[in-house]
Amino acid sequence: MTTPALTAPAFHRPADLADALAHLAEHPGAVPIAGGTDLMVAVNYRRARPEAMLDLTGLAELRAWSDEGDAIRIGSGVPYARIVAELATVLPGLAAASRTVGSPQIRNRGTLGGNLATASPAGDGHPPLLACGARITIASTAGTRTVAADAFFTGPKRSVLEPGELITAVTVPKAAGPQQFLKVGTRNAMVIAVCSFALSLDLDARRLGTGIGSAGPVPLRAREAERIDLPWADPRRFDDALAAEFGRRVAAAASPMDDVRGTADYRRHALAVCAARALRRVWAAAHTEGSGR
Amino acid sequence: MPEPTTPTPPRRAAGGVGTHPAAPAGPRPHAAGVGTSPARPEAEAKVNGAFDYASDLHFDGMLWGHTLRSPHPSAGIRAVDTAPALALPGVHAVLTAADVPGKLHYGLIDADQPVLAAGEVRYQGEPVAIIAADTLDTARLAAEAIRVDYEVREPQCDPQAAVDAGNHFRYQPVRLGEPVTAEAAVIIAREYTVGMQDQAPLGPESGAAVPTGDGGVRLHVATQWLHSDLEQLAPCLDLEPDRIHMVMAGIGGAFGAREDLSVQAHMAMLALATGRPVKMMYDRAESFLGHVHRHPARMRYEHGADEHGRLVYVKAHIVLDGGAYASTTDAVVGNAASLAVGPYEVEHVAIDAWGARTNNPPCGAMRGFGGVQTCFAYESQMDALAEALGLDPLEIRRRNAVAQGSRLINGQIIDAPSPAAPAVVGSDAVPQAGTAPSPAPPGAAGADARPFSPLADMIDRIREIPVPAIPAARDILDLPGGTGNTTHGEGVRRGVGYGVGLKNVCYSEGFDDYSTARIRLELEDGEPVATIHTAAAEVGQGHWNLQTQIVRTELGVDRVRLAPNDTKVGSAGSSSASRQSYMTGGAVKAAAEAARALWTDRDLADGPIEATRVFRHRATKPMDAITGQGDSHVQLALCVHRATVDVDVELGLVKVVDLTCVQDVGKAMNPNALEGQIHGGTAQGLGLAVMEELVTVRGEVKNASFTDYLIPTILDMPPMRLHIVENADPEAPYGLRGAGEPPTLSSTPAIVAAIRDATGLALTRVPVRPEHLTTGRPS
Repeated sequence: MTTPALTAPAFHRPADLADALAHLAEHPGAVPIAGGTDLMVAVNYRRARPEAMLDLTGLAELRAWSDEGDAIRIGSGVPYARIVAELATVLPGLAAASRTVGSPQIRNRGTLGGNLATASPAGDGHPPLLACGARITIASTAGTRTVAADAFFTGPKRSVLEPGELITAVTVPKAAGPQQFLKVGTRNAMVIAVCSFALSLDLDARRLGTGIGSAGPVPLRAREAERIDLPWADPRRFDDALAAEFGRRVAAAASPMDDVRGTADYRRHALAVCAARALRRVWAAAHTEGSGR
Repeated sequence: MPEPTTPTPPRRAAGGVGTHPAAPAGPRPHAAGVGTSPARPEAEAKVNGAFDYASDLHFDGMLWGHTLRSPHPSAGIRAVDTAPALALPGVHAVLTAADVPGKLHYGLIDADQPVLAAGEVRYQGEPVAIIAADTLDTARLAAEAIRVDYEVREPQCDPQAAVDAGNHFRYQPVRLGEPVTAEAAVIIAREYTVGMQDQAPLGPESGAAVPTGDGGVRLHVATQWLHSDLEQLAPCLDLEPDRIHMVMAGIGGAFGAREDLSVQAHMAMLALATGRPVKMMYDRAESFLGHVHRHPARMRYEHGADEHGRLVYVKAHIVLDGGAYASTTDAVVGNAASLAVGPYEVEHVAIDAWGARTNNPPCGAMRGFGGVQTCFAYESQMDALAEALGLDPLEIRRRNAVAQGSRLINGQIIDAPSPAAPAVVGSDAVPQAGTAPSPAPPGAAGADARPFSPLADMIDRIREIPVPAIPAARDILDLPGGTGNTTHGEGVRRGVGYGVGLKNVCYSEGFDDYSTARIRLELEDGEPVATIHTAAAEVGQGHWNLQTQIVRTELGVDRVRLAPNDTKVGSAGSSSASRQSYMTGGAVKAAAEAARALWTDRDLADGPIEATRVFRHRATKPMDAITGQGDSHVQLALCVHRATVDVDVELGLVKVVDLTCVQDVGKAMNPNALEGQIHGGTAQGLGLAVMEELVTVRGEVKNASFTDYLIPTILDMPPMRLHIVENADPEAPYGLRGAGEPPTLSSTPAIVAAIRDATGLALTRVPVRPEHLTTGRPS
């Protein structure tokens, strides 16, 4: 048995991103912390005992978002509350997901970057990133790389993030049509997802994007469902059978398990219902004048 | 540390005692007296964050205590090696069963629970060793360093199998009439299951032990019953009771979870071993493992009724899982058995109730205490009977309702409220325009030959309150699934259901239940000041406030103080069983009356007056071991709920949109606090109906966190409409009736009945989970 460390973790508050990356290169064991809404719970329960912490909250460049024309670049330290307040029009799917994160206090502190770094299959921010084709910017002293959201997750709480790397931004294409996010939980608010589903309808490219949460080892896309034939030429031909088929394909793409939050069967069933509802809603919103949600 | 609260009266009593001290002639209305809702003495501190909870305790030079717990539900202990923990810098003591100074076991009813496990562990989370260290972090690391050699065994987790093998804490039958031969026109036989609910108090178990320097120890602890703690602790610590001083620390919720010892013996042992103050504070996961839970239940019920829906017989086989240690299972089984048919008249009864001993987490006291489980079953049965007979659910309950003079199944005759003078005062606590016209007071219609039935009256009242017309198209927050945006109205169906609950108030079955209060009257700046000293736990129910209200009413004084609750005054009994308003309220009233009498003969300028009184409720009797007969209960309380729910039947998600409640409280001592109790009790019943369950698999708890043990949020709990009835109990102080528990019984079956109404499903298990509503749903 190794004698556990009895010292408090070293704490570094970098002046800028370069300083942060240099520190991380020197101390690959340092754990970056932004909102701390997940990490500090782990620390409190001794599931994590970081030897050092790197405080990202002072880095202005991570706490801003910018309009890049056809996409929004969101700094990894932007809290959910600001995504809800400032980006709901251009990124309605991500904003809807952000609204379901924890409580107001958690949304004030928790960040998209932290959600990604934790890489929980239940992370509320992930499905809309998959559905929208978001890209994740990762920096280190060696340079910067960009990873598509659907290539980021490698397993439960695992991602492509290497030691010394830091998530700096998430670039999300602006909505080119209606988007939906549905999250099933056993409580009406402040609940971890039993399963969730994000859908984006791109009216320009005539394309669907999907994201499944909490129903597999990683957040998933439902590629077969994305390929479903939609009646673009005659939108009124959209019917319940089509929505149901879409729901079946989404459910088939999931690989859920039984746990204390719900059964695998229920998750598949709920995903089918949610996906069918989401498709009906986005189709109606795209083709009915004045239909909001 | 928590200081005695010194409430200043929220407003001066008009025409009250002025600067001239003068003995009051008798009780008189006081602007902050009984029946009013003054602000609580501790309200401001609690709202602005200044209130000291037990977890805020701090003493100079204190150490932190921590507990090493068994990861196994059942295992032998071959050896415990504490040396690696003791070797860590900052560790001051590591104690095991071998270090317990006195008796090795404690318990509320039977002393069967080891202070620290010796040779064997019987549930996951059982304390094995305790550590005192400079910091909590060090103490936790030290716990991880202790080597325990377990011989893991197969846990006994099936309560019925345990009962079959003779492993039970209590078996209590009830027999009445000829249940074997009774014949009925309609028979409903079903099996019901209740999951393990947790009290989930927001304040974790916490306290501090301070050596007094003379070999004794002072304990500051958040508990429900200081004197019971002391009684259990003293033999374990091998100390005379007078060497232990128990002081109440700020309590962040209790609901029964603080009846059993948690940190008490452990921190006292550590303080005595190290000679330094020791603080203990559980984290959330440890809290879930470190206190008892509500007994899960499996219940097989058979109801027989005649063609008019009148009950002929009830048979029930009730198995409550007591877990590994006795705790209060004995009394919980007594309640489950004696209240097993609810507030209904029935001629023939055969009830068999067990409290099983298993390797599941120990279960004990939780709000509703043995009344909750059976209420879900018998109310579900009443609905099933009504459906089979084509009767309205309220009508079948009315036809069977107990009345003045009715015999309960334990043979006890209902003797309150008095039929001669039912003091019925209806009041809408949450007035809503156009609702709740008060029915004619009972007894007004001379033609009614039936004795007064408070329950029939309450049923009539709830029938008069219209089901709310809540529009369908609303914000997603008003729909099932809430913030999850799962429905915009798709799949949503409305349902309405009713529930009635009967709960005993105060301790039953011959227990010598009493409370003690001391009142001191003295002059300060020429004004009379009253100081109340009791050991009654303020667990959030507003009991401190109530005491000051009683003293203002009885003595007419404005300035009332509360001495710290501790063991330097006699026992107040437990803050449980809805009993403190009755019992300590009664003691404070008696002490105040005594002080008033003394005051008539003397001037406070000549010196202070002090009066101490012990208050007892009427004696009760044990239940007969074979027949269950015996006047075992003190007072009985009724509550009626109506739930209106919207269910997304495709996703199985539920939104309770309205809860209407009629409760008979005898006397609304503090209407504001009373409403809070009814809201809170109802919310806890809602939690059991649709989400709250501590899940165990082979004896291991799978959701010891607030991430996965869900309790209702403000979005899950609808606004309530309350209709409070005051049928005075002539035996109780001010005619009051205990009010904290009854709503916890009736809200669960009402909500499940409403979900059945919306879905058409039978639903025999709580909590109802989404998958229960989506599988086997009639298309």
